[in-house]
Order: sequence, then C-alpha cells, then structure tokens
Amino acid sequence: MNKFEHKHHAHCESGVMSSMLRHHGLNISEPMIFGLSNALNFAYIPFVKIGGMPLIAYRSIPKSIIKNIKKNLKIDMKLETFSSKEKGEKRLDELLLKGEIVGAQSSVYWLEYFPKEISFHFNAHNLLIYGKEGNDYLISDPVFDKSVRCSKESLSKARFTKGVMAPKGLLYYPTNVPKNIDLKPIITKNIKKLSKTMLRRYVPIAGLKGIEKLAKAILDLKSKDRKYTKLFLGNIIRMQEEIGTGGAGFRFMYASFLKEASELFNNDKTLEEASKLMLEVGDEWREFALVIAKSIKSKKDIDLDLIHNMLIKISKNEAKVYHKLLEFRAL
Amino acid sequence: MDIENVPQDDSSTYAKMKKAIYASNKDGTIQSIGSSGWEVEEIVTRQAIDDLDESRIEAYKLVIRGEKSPLYYYMYEARMDLIVLAQSTGFFKWTIKRDFNPDTFKKISEKRALVYCEALGKSLDELKKLPKVDNE
Repeated sequence: MNKFEHKHHAHCESGVMSSMLRHHGLNISEPMIFGLSNALNFAYIPFVKIGGMPLIAYRSIPKSIIKNIKKNLKIDMKLETFSSKEKGEKRLDELLLKGEIVGAQSSVYWLEYFPKEISFHFNAHNLLIYGKEGNDYLISDPVFDKSVRCSKESLSKARFTKGVMAPKGLLYYPTNVPKNIDLKPIITKNIKKLSKTMLRRYVPIAGLKGIEKLAKAILDLKSKDRKYTKLFLGNIIRMQEEIGTGGAGFRFMYASFLKEASELFNNDKTLEEASKLMLEVGDEWREFALVIAKSIKSKKDIDLDLIHNMLIKISKNEAKVYHKLLEFRAL
Repeated sequence: MDIENVPQDDSSTYAKMKKAIYASNKDGTIQSIGSSGWEVEEIVTRQAIDDLDESRIEAYKLVIRGEKSPLYYYMYEARMDLIVLAQSTGFFKWTIKRDFNPDTFKKISEKRALVYCEALGKSLDELKKLPKVDNE
C-alpha cells in the first residue's frame, strides 16, 4: 500500500494537484498551485443554464489547473479517458497495483460518501485514489477533512456519468516530477497574465467586465417575480460558496498565494500589499453573500440597487488588486 | 478574512463536514483552517434543496393522479431536470417528454428503459412504479 498522507484543501482540483505533487517529492502548497495555474477568474454566462439558472464561475474552467500546472512546471503527466466503464475500471486497478496514486474526475452526485445535503449534479469534481481494499477504493477527497472510502460501483458511476463536463473516466498521474523548480519566473509571468485577463474589456462576460454584467442582470430582476429573484440571487451565492466552486474562498486562496510569492521575492512590498487588498476583496464578496442571504430570508422588498452597487464596488476594488500587481517588477 | 472571523456555525448543510478556508493570522501570515459552517451558505443551500424537494413532491402527486409516468418522478428524485436528464441519457428532450405520458411509458422498449435506469440509478422494476414515500 502507498504511504500516502491525506490533507484537507479548500478546492478539489488545486487540492488534488498539491497532494499529488507532494507525494512525488515536490512540496507545493495549494494556493501556490492555484496561483501558478492562473486559476482565478470570473465569468457570468447567462446562456448556459444549470437547473434553470445562469452559470457563474469564480475560477477558470475545470481541468485547467491540471493542464496549466503540467505545462507551467514542465511536469510529465498522463491524462487518460476511456470509451467504456470496464476499460476505465481495469486501468485504475492496474495503476494502483503499480503503486501509483491516481487523480480522477467524477460527478459529485453519484459518490456515495457525499452527504445528501451537498450532493448535486456537478461533473467536474476531482479526487485522488491511493489504494483498494476488497470492493472499496481508498480515496483522498481534498474537500473532506479525512480520507474516505467508496465502493467500486459508486466510483464507476461517478466517473462515467454523462452530460455537461462528462468525466469520461478521466484518470491522471505524473510520470516525471522535477525535484527543483525555480518558481520565480513562473510566478511573475502568471501574475501579469492574470491581471491582464481580469482587466481586459473586450470580453463582456469574463473578468471584471463579467462582474459588471452580473450587476446589470441584478437590476433587471426588478421586472421579475419574487420567487425567481430569490432563486437567481441564491444561485449567485451557491456558485460562490458550494463544494467545487467558492468565489470568496478563491479570492482568499489567491491572497495566500500572493503572500507566499512575496516571501519568495524577499518580502516584496507590492505583492504583499496586493495580497492584503485581495483579502479585503474576499471579505467584500462574503459581505455581498450575507446581504443576499438576509434578503432571501426576509419578507421585505429586496433592495436590488444596494446589491447591484455592492457588486460594482467589488469589481472596482478587484481592479485595484490587478493594477497593483501590474506594478510588480521582479528584481 | 481574519482567522477569528472564520464562521463556525455548525451548519446542517455541512452534514458534520468541515470546509477548509484560507484566513490571515495576526502576524499577517495566511493559513488554511476548517470551518464547520456558515449561516449564509446554509440559507442558500437549504433554498436549493427545498426547491428540489418541492418539484419532487409536486411530481409525486402528478404521477399518483395518473397525469405523469413514474419516470417524471424519478427525474426529480435524482435532483435532475429535463435538461440534465436529456444530457445524461443522450435522448432528445421532446422524446423524454413523450415518456412522461403514462400510456406511452407503459409501452416503452426495454432498451430505452435501461438507458433511463442507468442515468437514474434504478432497476427496471423500480423505474416502472412509484416508490412508497412516507413524507408525502
């Protein structure tokens, strides 16, 4: 059996990558993974509906963390998908027999160890499989504080569910992990890249422009009925905080990355300040969530102007973080 | 967020789980810490679950009255809607709607029924009749 140590993480994909690389001797924190893979983002996609509500993303698209870490850190990794359940099950067992720890994409809904309270149809969950005992797989699910077990039937169903972002049984594992990596140039490059992406104005639904677009959609709720308005607002927060997503959580994680980065650059002041600003923005996102939750519970009229204004303020304050980051010069 | 402000609200929707969140210490370092819940999150998760439950109970009534086939109930029981069921089966939405008709559903081919079974995690026998549910 693998000598594998489970660790609790804030997010599934960055958590899996951090645990996996640590197991292979490369100690990189979850926030560092998140920052180096350019995973922070915002997108409001009104024409893609989930449960009748528009898709709102607070991070880059699923699998981009895996792919960007592979590319940016020059790690040799294999990503395999399968045409049938049987082939996918067989391959997983082969890899475990060889002593690999294996990352897998899965649905949340069909994983039996997820409590019913948070079991929704989300197909881009990530977990690590580190062993098998009888009919059970030993799983390190980054968003759980302890390691878990899952029956073969449940795991297979979750790996081969169909639909949006279908996992197709995706398994991934590194074949060669460099031992020493100079993170500084990668940090510098990705901080610039992220700031430019978030600030650019020509994609109306992404970055800060996306936040403004969502703010406008909130004003448009004035012509909608109360039930729809509440579900729409609730959806923004669910996308922000639920397992697998996490808007404010992602801002806090990015702040942690910036702090770690500033230490690597001899306590660089610009990065440290940007980290502080980002923590404050995270707090504002949580404040925003709080105001919405209160208005959902309340019987009074919902103050959509107030909610709209909060969001505009958030986009302005996030802009300050990215402008600050563009001032950063690596010595 | 400061570590002492990390909510520990023991939310029912966390089901005794903890969620890791990054927060800052007094000395400015940032670390991950487990949160047992946040009231705000509980409210919106509860809202989503209630909405799903409402649809499921409504569906149950329609099937009992003979207006819809059991498939209609099982779709909501699996926390799906027509779009998700269509994506999970690969069937067109309009053909699924036809199967919501109790008479059409009675004559469904075994091959087609098995695709629904796979998507919904049900056996053939289960799919064809309503379960006994005590809370309705």
